[in-house]
Formats: sequence, structure tokens, C-alpha cells
Amino acid sequence: MNRDVVVTGIGLVSCAGEGIAAHLAAFASAEPPRTDAETFAPYPVHPVAPLTLDTQIPKKSDQRQMEPWQRLGVYAAGLALDSAGVKEDAAFKSALQLIVAAGGGERDVAVDGAILTGLREAADPGAFLNERLLNDLRPTLFLAQLSNLLAGNISIVHGVTGASRTFMGEESAGVDALRIGHARIASGQVEAMMVGGSYSAERPDVMVIHEMGGFLLKPTYRPVLEREDEDGGGFVLGSAAAFLVLEAAEHAAARGAKALARLLPVANDRVARAPGSVTESLTRLIDEAGIERPDVVLSGATGLSDLAREEIAGIQARLPGTGIRATGDMIGHPMEVAAPFGAALAAALCAVGSAGEVAVTSVGHRRGEGVIRVVKA
Amino acid sequence: MPDSRSSSTHDAQGRPLVAVTGIGIVTSLGRGATENWDALTAGRSGIRAISRFPTEGLRTRIAGTVDFLDTDPLVAPLLSERFARVAAEEAVAQSGIGAGFPGGLFVAVPPVEMEWPQRQALAEAAGEAGEVTYATLQRAAASRRFDPWHDLFIFGTVADRLADRFGTRGSPISLSTACSSGATAIQLGVEAIRRGEMEAALCIGTDGSVNPESLIRFSLLSALSTQNDPPEGASKPFSKNRDGFVMGEGAAALVLESAEAARARGATILGYVLGCGEKGDGFHRTRSSPDGAPVIAAMRAALDDAGLGPEAIDHVNAHGTSTPENDKMEALGCSAVFGERIGQLPISSNKSMIGHTLTAAGAIEAVISLLTIRHGRIPPTINYAMPDPALLLDVVSSVRDMRVSRVLSNSFGFGGQNTCLVLGDEPA
Repeated sequence: MNRDVVVTGIGLVSCAGEGIAAHLAAFASAEPPRTDAETFAPYPVHPVAPLTLDTQIPKKSDQRQMEPWQRLGVYAAGLALDSAGVKEDAAFKSALQLIVAAGGGERDVAVDGAILTGLREAADPGAFLNERLLNDLRPTLFLAQLSNLLAGNISIVHGVTGASRTFMGEESAGVDALRIGHARIASGQVEAMMVGGSYSAERPDVMVIHEMGGFLLKPTYRPVLEREDEDGGGFVLGSAAAFLVLEAAEHAAARGAKALARLLPVANDRVARAPGSVTESLTRLIDEAGIERPDVVLSGATGLSDLAREEIAGIQARLPGTGIRATGDMIGHPMEVAAPFGAALAAALCAVGSAGEVAVTSVGHRRGEGVIRVVKA
Repeated sequence: MPDSRSSSTHDAQGRPLVAVTGIGIVTSLGRGATENWDALTAGRSGIRAISRFPTEGLRTRIAGTVDFLDTDPLVAPLLSERFARVAAEEAVAQSGIGAGFPGGLFVAVPPVEMEWPQRQALAEAAGEAGEVTYATLQRAAASRRFDPWHDLFIFGTVADRLADRFGTRGSPISLSTACSSGATAIQLGVEAIRRGEMEAALCIGTDGSVNPESLIRFSLLSALSTQNDPPEGASKPFSKNRDGFVMGEGAAALVLESAEAARARGATILGYVLGCGEKGDGFHRTRSSPDGAPVIAAMRAALDDAGLGPEAIDHVNAHGTSTPENDKMEALGCSAVFGERIGQLPISSNKSMIGHTLTAAGAIEAVISLLTIRHGRIPPTINYAMPDPALLLDVVSSVRDMRVSRVLSNSFGFGGQNTCLVLGDEPA
């Protein structure tokens, strides 16, 4: 069986705002993305636009039990369900399956700092750590951090209870989520899936991880493809969430849903990184994905200049003259969300007639390359 | 009754049959299928007092740690990688599929983050007086001295290194469905083979996260047994006096192949993954719907997927965590699915001996289910001295010899995750 897969719902939040229109406007604009270079200096971030959480997460108790990355994701998932016209369709949602691409949640930075300060003077560090963790960690914090609990919260808040799987593994997790979501629908294993992810950049703990290795751009934002310097560029983390409702074309048609765009089989791989290998991989994947004459390439380039150079060379080798737009210049780098965001924006461009075909590329900062083809429905 | 189109290579729905041609296992009971099987059927416990870190002041001081394998530094991602590697080496060797694995990798890994010894090292390296904040750690990280830790503490590294070691193809999948992750890894492999995307899949569940913070987090949710003495008596699934689970560690790996490909290369088929079923639960973050509907739906979905009715199941390898909630809900679910027969259907929980291996549990228990089928012998649920009279189950309290053709293996997790597998000796 090989069925057409269509996008019937899109939910987006980022520094550019929320919803499809805000992100089409960001795509059309030449303005730099909203950036906060102060709060986490020396690291700039692209902070999420203020959200009226109550509109998608009505219960305060649910809001309280989540950390920001989960709230962003649950919010965007709600927007996607609204966009697909299924928010009140209990039967649809109880059959709807999820693939979420996500890492883990925020640390309690105040607790961690206090413990580390205390450990310096502690006579018995092991016993001190045990005591402080037992007394200071909020019991519910664990659930706000566990990777699969974004999916769990989407089930609780929105009643999406088909089943869920959470893919971890940075940028490539987002590409794999789309690839497997598409493949399961195309092959007839399932009728509909919601695929996406969420990332909160406004947290100093992730900056420690990415400062190790020197992956973060300092001290201010510069356009993604203009970060050539002796430091090798770097990424500016962005808070964002993106979800797509994917359906078999006949399933969408049968319920009278509008197909916003068509998603084609996703091509991705993981090649050993060596000079030239990313260029070669991307060129091959563009062929494999069947990219023809895209109106634009949405690149998820992280901002690391050597990888960006290779990515652009790979794209230009197959698609000379095609415009390349870095999604990092609209929303920053949201890690697992980069590919779902690109695919969602591509679908939105097709839905409003701004494009007939869009190619989305992803090159992970440590591993994984992917190409996604979206065409008008 | 649909026309059965099942054959030696395809199931009744015309999909490629998925055979298991290699298994590997590491638990607190030992390394490899033989050591584990001997210990499990002898009713030996791998639960012991934790020696890896100080347990002073903790309510729970026991676990099923794997103490015969270690890493430097001793952190969850490296331990998880090591266990996975050992289990996968056994599985791949048994399968005879050769170096350069001809298919994808699906690995259930615990969510990783930097651990306390590393945070402390960064705080010290900053060499600053006064209060430690994350800005302190960032400044230490910017010294470039800690760059190798980036890869150690990002989510995709364990799978990446396993993919390099075994030469699997394509983008490796790192996944989590909490305590049903190991079963989900197998399910993803089964689905990929059924789609015809690959002829083989390496499916692994691994967990090496017995460290102070993980233990304390579960403890704060009142999920763990506090009956520390004697350690081997703490995990007592389906008992009236059960009071929580005991954390365990380990890994299991399965080489899945389309039956057609396995036969073509003359491989020994150890069994089949006949069906996979899942169902989400939106009731609560840690508790199941009180009516058990999602648990029931997941078990039924696995049976439906296998094309089998409940009467075809010979044995249930239970999730059986030994928490009051899980065992009650699992018994309720089983009663609904199997009806009155549940009183005569042998059910057993491996967790009584190895503890709850969390991310790895679904894969470890699938491997033990296959060993159960092969040997015609059901490992006991130890510590079943005080049966819970409310649970009308045939709990296997001492090792039982009987022909077992088909096993239902259950896995349930936080976040409303329910995944069930049907494993069998022959196609349905």
C-alpha cells in the first residue's frame, strides 16, 4: 500500500508569534528575529512570544504541572488540532497517534545552584546531596522533565489518546518523527498522526551543555549564513514548538478536511562526518526525496559555519539558483523542532499558494542529515 | 473468520512475518542468556544494597544494579551504552547475521542529562568564590576543558555509538515511552519490517540510571519499595504487602528479521513477534484510568494485531512492578481480556527478581518470554508469600514446567503509555 499523506493541521509558536499567519509574515520579512541578548548573556536567545496559555491549557493545575517546554508543546499541539478542525472531535482524537521529538525538561536552577554551593563545604558530600535532593526537589518536577511527558500532557490536556512515541536525539529526532509518521500512514498502518516537538531555549542548563563543545554563538545574533569567523559560527537557541496533523489523503477527504499540503516520503541518513561528507549526503538525499523545482529551500542550518557551508554546497549542487531561507533567521535553532517547524512552514506556504513545492533540509549539529519534500495539495 | 493467508513467511494479513534470530540480555543476575535463565528459573534475586553511591538518609537503599560492568565516568548514558553493547553483541553473534548489520537500529534509552559529579567538577573548575549558579557552570564550560562532555550528555549519542559499533543502516532511532520503551523499540522494528523498509532490525532496550537523583525522584513520587531488609524480599508483585517497585538495570537486544530473509540465509528462528498493541491514556500523569480501558485496549490491540483470540495465549509475562496501583490495574485488565480463564492462566513477573529495569524492561521481558517458550518453563514470581486476595490470578510462585507457545508481554509507563507484545514459537 502506498497512500498519499496530507497535512491537515499546523500549530506553531516561536519568537515570531503563534499560528500560521505570524510565521508566514516572519518568512516574508527581512527583519531579524526577536532576540534577547541580555537575560542569558553572553548567549543570545530567541524568546517565545507571550502566550495566553488559558486558551489552549484551560486548567491552571495542568499549567502548574508542566515546565515551559511542555507548555509550549501542548499549546502548539492545541493550535494544530484547531487548525485541523478536530479539537472537539473526541472520536478523532482518541484514535489520533503521536510522535513527539523532544529532549528533556528544565532543571530547577535555584535548587541546583544552592546544592552546588553547599557541596563545597559539606563534610559528607554524599549524605548532603541525598538530603538536599530529598528535601528540595519538587516531586512533580520529575514529570515535568521526562521526555515522554510532553506526549503525556498532550494526551491529558487535549484528549489525544491513540498512542504516543517520543523520539530523542536532537535535530535528527525531528526528521525521523516526520519520516516514520509519514511511512506509517502511507503504508496503511495508521490513518492519522500528530507529529512535532517542542523546545525551550530560555534555560541556562542547556547553555552549559552546548557551551561544552563551543556550539553557541556569542554575544549577539547574526544571520545564520553569515556567521563565518575564526570561531566557526554557532547557534542561537530559539524557543519554539511545531506540530503537524498528518492524515491519509482519503481519510482527510472522507471527513471533509482541507488538505493544506502533501508530505512526501522523508529521506534521511547519518553519515560519518568528514570534510565533504555532509555535502555528498545532502545531494544524495535531495535526489532520494524526489525534489524537483522547489520555490524555496527552507534550511534548518544550525549556524555552525562549516556545516552550513557544506549544506549550502549540497543544495546548490542539485538545485542551482533556488532561493535558500534559513529558518534560524526566523525562529533561531530549536533543536528537535527545527525539521517539524520547517515542514509546517513549508505546508503553510503551499496552503496559501505562495509555493507549489518546498524542500526542507536539516543537518544536525553532531549527526544526521535529512530532506523533506512538501508540495501543494 | 477471515481467510487465513498465513504462510511460513507472511501473516494472515499478508504482512511479512517477523522472526527473532538473536537475543542478548544483561541484568543484575548476570551477563548473557544462559546465566540469566539459570538464575531466573532458580528464583534467585539480583536485588541488593546499593554500593555505587552513599545511601545515607534515603528511604530506599536497594536496587538491581549491574555491578559487574562499569564505565569511566560512571554515568547513566555510558552505562546504558555499555549494557546495550554487551546485549547486542550476544544477539548479533547468535543471529549469525554478520558484521555490518543489514537494517535499522531502534534503541530505547533513558533520558540523559548531566549528573552531579560533572556539575560539581564544573563548579570547582570555575574557581570562583561565592554562590554557584548556572552562569558559573557556563564559564567553566567555556574553558573548552569539558568539551567531550557535550556528546556524553546529549540524547542521540548512545544510539550513534551503537550504530557505529554494529554498522546499522540509516538514522538510528532513540526513543522513550517511559517504562514501556523496550517494547516500543521492538514495535518500531516490527513495523519497519512489515512495511518492507528493511529485512532486519536491531531492537534494544537499555537502562543504567541507578544514581542518587533518579532514585530520589522515584522515591519522591512514592513509587519505590522501602522494605530494604532483606533486599531480595522487596519486590513482591501481586502480593498483598507490595509497597512499590525496586529500580533495576540492564539491557536486552533482539535481532528481528523478516521470516523470509531469515529462512533464505538458513538462520535459526528462535520465535516470532506475532503482534504489537498500544493505547494512550489521558487520565493522569502517573495513574491509569480507573476503568482500565486503555490497558485493556492495548492488550486487545496486540492480540488483534497477531490475529489471535485470548484463548491462544498460554502465559502472561506481566508488567508486574509490585506497586499497589500497577498490579491492581494489570489484574483488572487481564480479567477483562481473559475472562474467567485468568484464574488458570499462568502469569509471572520477572521484576520480582531483577527489579524494574525501566527503559529496558519491555525488551528484557520479551527476551525472557522467548526463553520461556524455548525451554517450556516459566520463571517464578518470587516473594509471593502473601497473595493479594483481590487479584484473581494464577501467579507462578515456583518455577513451572509446561508447554508455552504464545506469551503476552505487558509494558505500562508514566504518561499513559501502554504497549503489549505477543511472542510465539510458530506463526499464528
